[in-house]
Amino acid sequence: MLRRSLGALGAAALLARPALGHAPAVARRSGERVLRVVAPFEFAGPDPARSGHVFARMGVGEMLLGADPEGRPVPMLAASWSGSPDGLLHRFLLRPGVRFHDGSPLTAEAAAASLRHAHAAASPLSRVPVATIEAAGDAVLIRLARPFAPLPAVLANYASMILAPAAYDGAGRVRAVIGTGPFRVERFSPPLQLDVGRFDDWWGPRPAVGRASYLVVSQGEARATMAESGHADLTMGLQPVTLARLRRSPRLEVLTLPVPRTRILKLNAASPLFADQRVRRALSLAIDRHGIATALLRNPAMAAEQLFPPVLQGWHLPGPPPRRDLETARALLAEAGWRPGGGGILVDAGGRRFACRCATYINWPELPPIATALQAQFRELGIDMAVGIGNSSDIPRGHRDGSLEMALMARNYALVPDPLGTLLQDFRPGGGDWGAMGWSDPALEATLRALAAAEGDPIALRRQAARILGEALPVIPIAWSELAVAVNRDLAGVTVDPFETSYRLHDIAWAG
Amino acid sequence: MDRHLLGRFLRPVLMRLVQALLVALIIGALGFALMAALPGDQAFRLAAARYGPDMGDAAAAALVHRELGLDRPLAVQFLDWVGRLLRFDLGHSLVTGAPVLEELAMQLGYTLALAGVALPLSALLGLPFGLLAGLRPGGPVDRVTLGLSVLLRAVPAYALGLLLVAVFSIRFRWLPPAGFEGWREFILPALTLALGLAALSARVARDSVAAVAASPYMAFARWKGLPERAVVLRHGLRNAAIPVVALLGLQLIGLVEGLVIVESLFSWPGIGHALVHAIFARDVPVVQGAALVMGLIFVLVNALVDLACALIDPRRPRAAA
Repeated sequence: MLRRSLGALGAAALLARPALGHAPAVARRSGERVLRVVAPFEFAGPDPARSGHVFARMGVGEMLLGADPEGRPVPMLAASWSGSPDGLLHRFLLRPGVRFHDGSPLTAEAAAASLRHAHAAASPLSRVPVATIEAAGDAVLIRLARPFAPLPAVLANYASMILAPAAYDGAGRVRAVIGTGPFRVERFSPPLQLDVGRFDDWWGPRPAVGRASYLVVSQGEARATMAESGHADLTMGLQPVTLARLRRSPRLEVLTLPVPRTRILKLNAASPLFADQRVRRALSLAIDRHGIATALLRNPAMAAEQLFPPVLQGWHLPGPPPRRDLETARALLAEAGWRPGGGGILVDAGGRRFACRCATYINWPELPPIATALQAQFRELGIDMAVGIGNSSDIPRGHRDGSLEMALMARNYALVPDPLGTLLQDFRPGGGDWGAMGWSDPALEATLRALAAAEGDPIALRRQAARILGEALPVIPIAWSELAVAVNRDLAGVTVDPFETSYRLHDIAWAG
Repeated sequence: MDRHLLGRFLRPVLMRLVQALLVALIIGALGFALMAALPGDQAFRLAAARYGPDMGDAAAAALVHRELGLDRPLAVQFLDWVGRLLRFDLGHSLVTGAPVLEELAMQLGYTLALAGVALPLSALLGLPFGLLAGLRPGGPVDRVTLGLSVLLRAVPAYALGLLLVAVFSIRFRWLPPAGFEGWREFILPALTLALGLAALSARVARDSVAAVAASPYMAFARWKGLPERAVVLRHGLRNAAIPVVALLGLQLIGLVEGLVIVESLFSWPGIGHALVHAIFARDVPVVQGAALVMGLIFVLVNALVDLACALIDPRRPRAAA
């Protein structure tokens, strides 16, 4: 009798199998080797604004433009482009003979419709002063309300992906991912897996790899183990602690590449604690960046003495970086009216303790340990900083309702390959959710405005912006980032894109 | 079917149906109330889950707020859900935009498959030891299994899972530490779940067998001259199985708790993993849908366990005999 009830449970398990097994079985049955990408980030739904990063990286969807390793725009679905002298009208001539994965041709109408969709969604394009987007013959015309120089870079962002008309339902929502890329979707199972197969009608040279899969594994240690044990061919986002071990593996090659993402401390300059620039400078001088980069990131070169890493040429300032200097930091705090009080914590003239709360989040696993390192380093100055680990949305929300005091966050300055696209958001008058808070500077605004309007020498203007941010410190840079990728040595032709727009699967082949 | 059997089987089924309906309503209301009571702004949370931290800002949150009509009164939003539930429509995920029913069906498939392997595995691991231990209470098997059970129950599922990964994936490289491609990916998550469950079922089986072994009807069976094999099989196992089957049903509740952790640990796209993410993202329709499905499964399993126990119980009136 016992056996009978167990048998029933076993039967239930067997019944559940078909729902599970259909697609992985297909991926193996075809006989062709599947290139397995393992990465940390989950994706949500078919809308490019939500999951476009995965579709672009896996070569499913393409944009009008791409970016070269320096972040300059290059042709993708647009063969060429031009702008009017006043910077208001931009014309993108489409590459001829391009087909979507459903066989329909790429038309200017389809491209314009996709861009209008992106403009209405939560995307970088929605932040561009667009007046109209329309089709004109074989070209897409974008008319702006005012000049916006980083427009080509915004069009290279994944949310500006061009999908077939059949990808949208009657209400304009994206229902399927029908792109133009070298690979088409074979199975889409958000939030964890995407299987793709070669698209034979792609406009570029035929890719050597026939099938690939994208699997989300959120635990860093599990990703490293999958790479080591041969369960992943291309493992993205490796954690620093696992790198030394992976480098010893004979079957793997580990590539690291600096990427334009900076871990920064956002300060509420409207709060009486951080309104004084001397206090912000004191905090910056108290940070042991070298220690944090060496101990937590295992790479001393990641110590960020300025906001922009060397990979952002033109924005990165030359010259020797300032060092940790507690004496100067103490002197600056004393000048600003803070003196030692009870328990070693600073107090101001009114007897108010220097106590604050720093919010951070776990999307980037290194942020909480960096926050606790900062906590200890600020404590040496007599600052009592509590660390609150929560959801990333606590930061924009705390920015909006003014409750945020400090936040440790990782900001990507290449979400749009031209950092200007992000800086215009983060340091606009009144501040940005992921940038300045309660701080603005007319000189910086004028500089960014001139860059947006493409007026003046861009290199000089970029350096000027970087200098202003470095002196006023509305956000304090802590550490730069690098992308570490483990590559199975069975693969040939793997290169890593510093802007993380593509895994370049179409350039990869199985070796031997 | 005679009236007796009708009363014995049909009435409990009807009772369970009423229970299922109540469970659905209570879970829906509770889920909704708890999600509304959680700190954090729903639109901001959803924006972060949809667009990631880099694009999840106030402008994105405002877009989400407008799109979903989040400023409607809570009562209206809840009644909207009940209304759709009556039409068997669980709505769309606020994060992915896909129908909740579609998402749950896929996730439930993965979860049931995992549970369907873990539960028999736990029985396979736990029951034989429980049986052996119960037949000789205080003997070496009893003492060793007691020690192992305490150890396995005391270790949380995530620690046990990591330990198994360290041994089987990292040290010996036999099994993948994550993924859901084929049967090899089943082994570690299923074993993590099964070991925790087996620890408990072994003890319950041991106590139950020991109690039955010491019972007067076993003694009587021996006195009346039945061979030992018949004593154990006919009188022992059957009586001892009742609490064990009841426990296997109850373990499903413990299984859900383990599933949430194990699915997250092994990147398993099941309902536990989905529920955790939906709670973080404040994806209310998915939370309500997942809770509803889990609640209804409890009711179903309870009903099946009752039925199984009624069938096993040797004291049942034998209408045919």
